[in-house]
Amino acid sequence: MSNRDEIITELEPIFRDVLDQPNLKLTPESNASNVEDWDSLAHVTLVGAVERRFKLRFTLAELQSLKNIGDMASLIQRKLAK
Amino acid sequence: MRKMKLATYSAIDLLQKKKRLCRELRSGAGLRPIRVAVLGGTTTSELVDLLELVLLARGFDPAFYQSEYNRFFEDAVLEPDKLQAFQPDLVYVHTHYKNIRHFPKISDGESAFQASLEAELDRFGAVWSCLHNVVGSQVIQNNFEHPPALLGNHDAVLSVGPVRFVNELNLEFSKRAANDSRLLIQDLNSVAARIGLDHWFDWNRWYSYKILTTPEASLAIARSLAAIISALRGASKKCLVLDLDNTLWGGVIGDDGVEKIQIGKETALAEAYTAFQEYCLSLRNRGVLLAVCSKNNEDIAKSGFAHPCSILKLEHFSAFRANWDPKHDNLRSIALELNLGLDSFVFVDDNPAERAIVAAQLPEVEVPNVGDEIALYPSIIQAGRYFEALSLSPEDLSRAELYEKNALRSASQSKFADYGEYLDSLEMAAEIEPFKPVYYDRITQLINKTNQYNLTTRRYTLAEVEMIARDPDYVAISGKLIDTFGDNGLISAIIGRRIGRELHVDLWIMSCRVLKREIEFAMLDALVQSCRDKGISQIIGHYIASPKNGIVADHYQTLGFYPGAQEEQGCSTWLMSLEDYVPKTRHIRICQPVSLG
Repeated sequence: MSNRDEIITELEPIFRDVLDQPNLKLTPESNASNVEDWDSLAHVTLVGAVERRFKLRFTLAELQSLKNIGDMASLIQRKLAK
Repeated sequence: MRKMKLATYSAIDLLQKKKRLCRELRSGAGLRPIRVAVLGGTTTSELVDLLELVLLARGFDPAFYQSEYNRFFEDAVLEPDKLQAFQPDLVYVHTHYKNIRHFPKISDGESAFQASLEAELDRFGAVWSCLHNVVGSQVIQNNFEHPPALLGNHDAVLSVGPVRFVNELNLEFSKRAANDSRLLIQDLNSVAARIGLDHWFDWNRWYSYKILTTPEASLAIARSLAAIISALRGASKKCLVLDLDNTLWGGVIGDDGVEKIQIGKETALAEAYTAFQEYCLSLRNRGVLLAVCSKNNEDIAKSGFAHPCSILKLEHFSAFRANWDPKHDNLRSIALELNLGLDSFVFVDDNPAERAIVAAQLPEVEVPNVGDEIALYPSIIQAGRYFEALSLSPEDLSRAELYEKNALRSASQSKFADYGEYLDSLEMAAEIEPFKPVYYDRITQLINKTNQYNLTTRRYTLAEVEMIARDPDYVAISGKLIDTFGDNGLISAIIGRRIGRELHVDLWIMSCRVLKREIEFAMLDALVQSCRDKGISQIIGHYIASPKNGIVADHYQTLGFYPGAQEEQGCSTWLMSLEDYVPKTRHIRICQPVSLG
């Protein structure tokens, strides 16, 4: 899995579970301000669930730089390639 | 859905699917409401999410209050208004080593160490006493995990060592709790040790969200706390039901014979079975009843306990079923014999097929997946936290013997012409008096674990019992019973609330060990006496039906109360005028003149 869009597809079920929105669609532009209920509490769970799904850990610096789903998917892509 | 097993979910699974799981668990019927305030020194939202799930799975319907991040001291001591308004049943003070203010400095000596210790104790002591005085609820405080070491091994020794400081602080917490039953300690230090500090702290999440622990650690904290809360509400398990072959000994007694079964110290396997028997006996000695449920011929099954190395003897079992009936039928009959609900049973069997059928037929029974490695049985049962105890009363230490004597009582019952003659032969003597401080613990325990002989199934914390005992607008009496076979201990309690010249009976409970002994007559006589002393002219009894208290549906009618207004379905009100009340006790001697007031 190296394609960014494929990673976004993999992220979708996690976000649907955590945010309890079975029909949620993610785009590279999705972020905490345009996705309903993506608040700071949900964010903690989202990060933990994504880290487990891809068997990786985001560093503090990486977490700070994330602006949207596109960023997150690209970051996962880079970390998996290492 | 209520019986949905969360045990197989990881912490991340639970958090990820939390909203759906909560919805499904909340759709179950008969959940018991509980209001929990969490005052945290760190961000507690994740812990509370997990706590909500594990409490729902244990049959509670929790409501939560959370302090803002690291406002536990302010919420308790300085601004308790919001907390008061929430009216918690219990307050959980959740702090980590990060919340310790007075760690000794590197230049400090022994005297500064002691001063730091006292300063820290004062700070937490202020939190607890404010919570007791202002909010009036039970407090659960966790002790501390070991902090990262400063000096390595010597950290546990020197007066500047944070590890030594935490060790001594934890010890002081324990001493405070030992002297104050409204304060319970959650042993966070042991919870962390079980997981290991490397899997406990999560520094990334600490800096990101001010959550100090990994999700796995948060789940372990939630499970441990839920066990305490269950115990507070009387939902700890009461009876361990055991299979025999390859559970209490190695081998099949019917095939191998008593001389060939594995028990004793001769082989590694025999030693492991011996250790499991010792574990079961230690549970019995602290008040958990043991029972056997085995597919066997009864005589052959019993011969196993004649093995010279058997730790368990026949007299250790409060019920014994060895036959070829389905195990779920036997469990039902054990429940009837012991007067216990099936939801107070834990069933241990090495055979996965037997476990599966019991779990399917009797969803109330806890059936841990013990696997097939006997060496692990004690730790698997421990990890389930089924038998959590908040105190150890003399009652607990002698419970199994009380049940033995009950068996004697039933045996002698058959020898009498009529039931009254049998009751007289028991030479019963009752002591009935207002709640006394020495019995507050036992009364609270009885209130929270009695489900059958319980007219209203209202639960009270220790703090509430103390408050009621001192309040002149309450009539609160408890009864002890002694008979020819021994002391039954404190077995009944009534709490009545005075409104004008009426007394509303909010609580009437009795231990099922002493059913059909006419204690209720003696209790009513004493209640009437103390009402008269207070100028009360009418007693109003309430019955609130629950899934378990059917045996007291006719309680007030039997006692001669008149039916009042029918309320909602399953609830009824009963009236008794005291003007021409005639004492009803026939077979019980009331010892100690009852001075109630």
